Amino acid sequence: MQSIIEGAVYKFGDNINSDIIIPGRYLIHIDPATLSQHAFEVLGPEVPAKLRQVRIIVAGRNFGCGSAREQAATAIQGLGIKAVIACSFARTFYRNAINDGLPIMECPELYPAVSEGDHVQIDLAAAVIRHSGKQYGFPRMPESVQKILELGGLAEYLKTQLKAS
Amino acid sequence: MGKTIAEKILAAKSGHASVTPGEIVEAYPDLVMSHTATWRSVSVMERIGAKKLYDPERLAVVLDHIAPAKTEKNAADHLKCRKFVADYGVKKFYDVDAGIAHLVLMEAGHVLPGDLIVGTDSHCTIYGSLGALGTGIGYTEVTSVWITGKLWLKVPDSFRITLKGTFQPGVYSKDLMLHLIGSLGADGCSYKSVEFYTAGQPISISERMTVTNLAMEMGVKCAFVPPDEKTEEYLRGRLADFSRYQPVYADADAVYEKDFDVDLSRLVPMVACPHEVENTKPASEVQGTKIHQAFLGSCANAKYEDLEIAARILKGRHIDPGVRLIITPGSKKIMMEAARTGVLETLMEAGGLFTNPGCGACAGDGGIMADGEVCLSTANRNFVGRMGSSKAEIYLSSPATLAASAIRGCITDPREFTS
Repeated sequence: MQSIIEGAVYKFGDNINSDIIIPGRYLIHIDPATLSQHAFEVLGPEVPAKLRQVRIIVAGRNFGCGSAREQAATAIQGLGIKAVIACSFARTFYRNAINDGLPIMECPELYPAVSEGDHVQIDLAAAVIRHSGKQYGFPRMPESVQKILELGGLAEYLKTQLKAS
Repeated sequence: MGKTIAEKILAAKSGHASVTPGEIVEAYPDLVMSHTATWRSVSVMERIGAKKLYDPERLAVVLDHIAPAKTEKNAADHLKCRKFVADYGVKKFYDVDAGIAHLVLMEAGHVLPGDLIVGTDSHCTIYGSLGALGTGIGYTEVTSVWITGKLWLKVPDSFRITLKGTFQPGVYSKDLMLHLIGSLGADGCSYKSVEFYTAGQPISISERMTVTNLAMEMGVKCAFVPPDEKTEEYLRGRLADFSRYQPVYADADAVYEKDFDVDLSRLVPMVACPHEVENTKPASEVQGTKIHQAFLGSCANAKYEDLEIAARILKGRHIDPGVRLIITPGSKKIMMEAARTGVLETLMEAGGLFTNPGCGACAGDGGIMADGEVCLSTANRNFVGRMGSSKAEIYLSSPATLAASAIRGCITDPREFTS
């Protein structure tokens, strides 16, 4: 996993639920490319189209609430999104993102400062976000959890564990 | 310092004498539930080359979300699940006839007070109705628990909510939960463990299931109604070995981040309006909103007691011709009981359509809505597009409000039928 993630952002409000991210009828799929074709489609075609143009999602409170479907994280990755920054996450999405190898960070201070299309740089090693000449810190994950993300997700992590044993 | 229920269970399952909120532990769940998503967890297992389960006795597999198969893809997915349980000796397997995983597992005596249960469904919080810590995880993490037997969990802070007084006629635990979700918000209890106590008359096990199920919609990690005589009565006869009934209670001096009361006698019938569960209003405020479909189903409110409440209102009456009433019993056992007692006949005579038990329309399996249609549902989510068209609207209510509204053809406060 790269230590620096940067690019343009798309901005969401509060309580973006996992049915919005990927409707239940598409859960018969698990691969990122197929899922991404239906990601956020309930919001109209312009939203997924814009998301494909950016690298980072910035969201308000409780991002990913609702269903525990792991494909919410997978679908976002399929759109080419490299990280999600939110004021807060629902716990199921938080775990699924880590397990899918999608970097996520909680940073409520950044939210009001960012507009759609802004350029944001996330420095994972330093645990800071840089935007418009300012720096915003975010809490680091515990080392054991960080390890799962660094290996690209839980499946890859399990593979290395199986090899080691 | 005293400990909460979540702290005690997580300490016991991670081999610690005690744990404190914020601490991350490696815990060993007693049960790992996976529903129709099981085939995905099996795919992960194949992909990583794992061949051995930590303990097949701890797995439970229930095919509920799409049941029976609708497409060849579903059929192949189901087949993969059946082959997996046969190959690995998973005995707690329930096929497409059984019903919704949560209800089926509780009915079968697989959920005990003090258990730690994880599963591929956010509404695993429902297991707290019997005093177990239930919480949702994704399918890859299920694979991980299958193989390693454990997962990391953060010890949550706890809230204590004390229910005082009793419900007025026509008001139920669904109304209590919609009231709470509306006032606390969709993230009002984010990452928290919430313990519900009753100061007055204890509520039924069915009502407790609705409470701990809906608690998910305010963001909880887990929710509990501490075990009592009703819990014991429910589990007696369901457990092969009753010595396993070992309730876990909070200490009297346990520390709660928030501690407050709700006066049940002051509550009124509530509905959640489109498109978020926290968007709640008294039913009387949206009275008259035309509905096209009424869905009596889901792990929140398709238990026998829920069907009976609806039947009491619908007995001798008929639903509005502009409404289709879809009834999806939570489990086969519930449907059989409804057949025995006449509840099934009452609901069918009133114009209801019964489907096979399972998640049904709540998970978009049948009962799909067209553009511009409105559904009133007893389920736990009204998110845009969840039941078909993103131009359809979903309202949520109790089974009583649903029955009254099906008769009138529009959202109706049920108290005119229940008082």
